[in-house]
Amino acid sequence: MAALTRAAPTKQELKSHEMGMHTEQLTGRTQQVFFDIDLNEPHHGFGLPDTFDVDFNKRGEIDASNMDAKQVNLRIRDMMKEGYGTIVLKNPGAKHSMAVGILNRLNLIIEGSLGYFGLGLLDGPNVRISGRVGWSCGENLMSGTILIEKNAGSQFGAALRGGDLVCKGDVGSRTGIDMKGGNIIVGGNTGAFTGFMMQRGRMVLCGNAGKNLGDSMYDGVIFIAGEPQSLGVDAVWGEMTDLDRGWLAEKLKKYDVMPKGGIDSFRKIVAGKQLWNYDNLEPTEKKMVL
Amino acid sequence: MRLKLAEADDLKTDHKIRDKIRERQGLVDNRLSELGVETVEVEQPRPYAFRYRLRYSGDTKQLATDIEQIEGAEVLSFGHALELIKDLGDATQVSQNYGLGDFRGTHAIGHTRMATESDVDIRSAHPYWAYPYNDISVVHNGQITNYWIMRREMERLGHRFMSNCDSELLAVYTANNLEQGATLEDSLKASIKEIDGVFTYLVATDKELGLAKDTMAAKPMVLYESDDIVALASEEVAIRAIVPREIDTSDPYDEEVRVWQR
Repeated sequence: MAALTRAAPTKQELKSHEMGMHTEQLTGRTQQVFFDIDLNEPHHGFGLPDTFDVDFNKRGEIDASNMDAKQVNLRIRDMMKEGYGTIVLKNPGAKHSMAVGILNRLNLIIEGSLGYFGLGLLDGPNVRISGRVGWSCGENLMSGTILIEKNAGSQFGAALRGGDLVCKGDVGSRTGIDMKGGNIIVGGNTGAFTGFMMQRGRMVLCGNAGKNLGDSMYDGVIFIAGEPQSLGVDAVWGEMTDLDRGWLAEKLKKYDVMPKGGIDSFRKIVAGKQLWNYDNLEPTEKKMVL
Repeated sequence: MRLKLAEADDLKTDHKIRDKIRERQGLVDNRLSELGVETVEVEQPRPYAFRYRLRYSGDTKQLATDIEQIEGAEVLSFGHALELIKDLGDATQVSQNYGLGDFRGTHAIGHTRMATESDVDIRSAHPYWAYPYNDISVVHNGQITNYWIMRREMERLGHRFMSNCDSELLAVYTANNLEQGATLEDSLKASIKEIDGVFTYLVATDKELGLAKDTMAAKPMVLYESDDIVALASEEVAIRAIVPREIDTSDPYDEEVRVWQR
């Protein structure tokens, strides 16, 4: 039978666990291919991402009135290539798939609203949007920050992996579905199935949530200041700690979305872990343990 | 009354269709005069599509049933306020063909269909008229999973289905509820419990515009409300076509029902 015991966690690991993070080493054969690009080792199509040296003081503008999404995305890329570190996107007109695939440090200021799939697949930029975003905003964000002043649609921050995704208004349903890291902060209310199948990361909800909050969550933490209509399967109330309160105070002050009741109004939701098992037992062995 | 006497594709596949349409129109005119209906004006925006202005105080259900007994005839809409237009082609083309730019009214609903589960033809296109009720029509985005169960239930109650499109069920279901004396809001609320699947749909009557979303909120809807206008669309960019400026919009939540009155 496979070993069920692990070495006692260190103090640092305990602190990480308390914050909802993981430290365990996964074992098994890796699928990752390592190569040294300086030695011209064959890298089977892997390449360094396109990154550009940009100067945040070099500021440029794009007027998207008569441009489609592809033209806007290519223009952002060309401007980064030219060294622009601050880009103001004007008149986006709620068009879909705008400002996606930016893998660079960049200050992006969007004056207006975006449609579906806005700001998807980002790694690094800091984005501020004065308007609203449609469905699936910030999908697969790896790092950076996205700050939305108005409302957001459903699937907000789906499969988020890192960075901060902040909406000061209300968001739709299935917020943070399948999120694997990072932080989602919502200043208003959120819809049904928020945090559905969440795996890691933190979600902060300053308003109320719809039914089935945290349904089937594997792990991660949800902080809520308002009331959820109901908790989802395997989502349970957890204990707030001083670390949580400190982290919340810092984040909410930074993005200016503190709820009326302050930090003390927050409660914590975590996975009950009844649905998911982290051991590597064979099904027959599992029956014996259960 | 709006009606069609053939499918758009019949023009390509049947070389005698124009003669047949003329013949069918003659039968419609005979049927109307037999029932004592006064025909004020007839327009023919497309070879197969007709608009009749009628004067009639009798039973419109009987009238619609009688006309639909004519081969190829389908009544698209009846009413003092409702004009229901559907055809093949993109929105701009259909709008030009039927002169939609000249329409005047308080509210309108429209739909561009991506056919997933039934044919690409006029009978499977939205909006659906809530047969046989004057001035009620429905557009829907989604999939109804208990379609056949509900359809059989409606058929047992005597309702007619013209297509195999699941969206038609919502029109028939709404018509049935209103026949039983329910308000539009009651009907929309009941549909969330009784209709399975994922859906967002709109109902327009002569005085009201209603919205209902399913329990999963799986189909998009963006809402913009101001003192002058209420606009709803699956995507905000569609609203921007009529409100070309920065606006505050929101997404209605799961199980949300809204009704606006004119």
